Amino acid sequence: MADTTTKAKVRWGLLDLIVVVFALVPVLWIASLSFKTPATLTDGKFWPREWTLDNYRTIFQTDQFVRALVNSIGIALIATLIAVVLGAMAAYAISRLDFPGKKLLVGVSLLIAMFPQVSLVSPLFEIERQLGIFDTWPGLILPYITFALPLAIYTLSAFFKQIPWDLEKAAKMDGATQGQAFRRVIAPLAAPGLFTTAILVFIFCWNDFLFAITLTSTERARTVPVALSFFTGESQFEDPTGAICAAAVVITIPIILFVLFFQRRIVSGLTSGAVKG
Amino acid sequence: MADIVLDKVSKKFPDGTVAVAEVDLEIADGEFVILVGPSGCGKSTTLNMIAGLEDISSGELRIAGEKVNDKAPRERDIAMVFQSYALYPNMTVRENMAFPLRLAKLDKETINQKVDEAAKVLELTALLDRKPANLSGGQRQRVAMGRAIVRQPKAFLMDEPLSNLDAKLRVQMRTVVSRLQKQLGTTTVYVTHDQTEAMTLGDRVVIMRGGAIQQVGPPQELYDHPRNLFVAGFIGSPSMNFLHAAVEDGKLKTALGDVPIGERVRRELEGADAPRELILGIRPEHFEDAELIDDETRRRGMEFDAPVEIVESMGSDKYVYFTVEGERASAAELEELAADAGADFSGGGSNLVTRLSAESPVAEGQNRRVWFNLEKIHLFDPTNGRNLTLHEGRAAGALGD
Repeated sequence: MADTTTKAKVRWGLLDLIVVVFALVPVLWIASLSFKTPATLTDGKFWPREWTLDNYRTIFQTDQFVRALVNSIGIALIATLIAVVLGAMAAYAISRLDFPGKKLLVGVSLLIAMFPQVSLVSPLFEIERQLGIFDTWPGLILPYITFALPLAIYTLSAFFKQIPWDLEKAAKMDGATQGQAFRRVIAPLAAPGLFTTAILVFIFCWNDFLFAITLTSTERARTVPVALSFFTGESQFEDPTGAICAAAVVITIPIILFVLFFQRRIVSGLTSGAVKG
Repeated sequence: MADIVLDKVSKKFPDGTVAVAEVDLEIADGEFVILVGPSGCGKSTTLNMIAGLEDISSGELRIAGEKVNDKAPRERDIAMVFQSYALYPNMTVRENMAFPLRLAKLDKETINQKVDEAAKVLELTALLDRKPANLSGGQRQRVAMGRAIVRQPKAFLMDEPLSNLDAKLRVQMRTVVSRLQKQLGTTTVYVTHDQTEAMTLGDRVVIMRGGAIQQVGPPQELYDHPRNLFVAGFIGSPSMNFLHAAVEDGKLKTALGDVPIGERVRRELEGADAPRELILGIRPEHFEDAELIDDETRRRGMEFDAPVEIVESMGSDKYVYFTVEGERASAAELEELAADAGADFSGGGSNLVTRLSAESPVAEGQNRRVWFNLEKIHLFDPTNGRNLTLHEGRAAGALGD
């Protein structure tokens, strides 16, 4: 018996290792490239022979990157906030109330989530130019919210459904208004759901390339993924690979921080003890 | 504190089902009223309407003389204990109990004092800083009660508050609830599906079926004088025995022999549309081992022989199950009761449950002579369930005149 469990452990361990290596090698490769000097960039060694921080210095010296970083952070945070707030309200209604057109609403939001974004890019480009929001923050925030909302509504309504309805009734009996019941009883319990959704939406906005490259044209609203593609060396003979890698490493950091920060809040079993059975 | 009046209160759901039909009920100030019935009888819906968690389709609900149909729960000043307890898991016991007071915007000192008082009454003082997840079922239940009593509302509503506790604790908490209610003297409406709770707790019991009230009265009255077949079958454990009885030559042909009937019942049965088939109801305790009774008692009943199937000795007395020949009593009410009890299996023939003295030497497999009290039997009309032996609200047995 002990043998089989050890064997099983080894097998699972190996499998996990393969998955982790498979997922992390490209990331580590990029990190390694970002520390290499231009001369050793193409030497094919995983471990840099000569360490340098020049690439990082370069990107932070160029206005291009810093500006894009500000755009990315601003746009992703605002879009996330709005999507989570709106999504929470919609999900609450969907999970708690019976109203005409509920199925239609859920269906349509699912439809939006499944719609191929590429096919929307040209119309959006035209619309935004007409409206004058092309190459602005709202020009990116709006489509991000559109596509993040279905995701937010789906995740959040699943969380709201787990919260016993009796709690809300109890709050009402205890003298709370609908709003107080939501703010003081339901929302704190839905917090893990809110944070999970926030992470998912933030990553979606942060990683987007398609909308960002079509709906922006200058540094006013260009986000980091797009800015990266516009990186050039100082002269046309210079290879920007090192700088691009450094930038890629830099933009991964906020995501990691974001996830680590919110992961602590995602405590499972927060509702335990509320109701019996 | 206040009285609660339901005046032809009905609840109709959008899909057309009527959950509660024109319920009339007056609950006096300080009274402890139990709503009881099988699942789906409308008792919880009625309670939710009193609470304000469900809209009232028609009729009027008055609390302390004031019409509250359109008032939100928080404007009605009533507290509710839920079957699931519904404690706020993100708050400690103290915060849970303080929640209604904080919403009422009381100052901190008063809140603390009131919470401490309530905690003392319910012996929760040591647990005030714990979260609900770290409490046992019984403790959670007490916190739920504490949250209700802490703000001294006009009335308490309790929705099967004990049904999630294990049997022993439930009995214990029953007395706690009872004592608390007497101590506080607050009007209480208590919903349960458990007839034992209904019998032991309330000043008055309201038996509901299919959204309508069947009978309202003190527990003993419902037990002794059930108005219909449903009430008779619902109240009492083990429940009343029902036997098929045919009216023939002024007597009742039953599996227990020919049962004589008194003047009044006979007159009732002489009517043109009077039923020819009846249902005879006898409670288990109105049987006795024929060997153990004196002649005086013997004259008030009759005897029969039947094979003993099972003997359950309870210590204080014996539950003896007999098999008797003959048709089974059948009526819509009885089927409903059986379905509610989950008893869709019922062997062949009729089964008779009797409660005999512990001294009875009865043994399984033997034939035994059993006496039953004719003054205590009930006769029901199977078509509408009406108790024919009931006269001016009293049951006088088959012999009554």
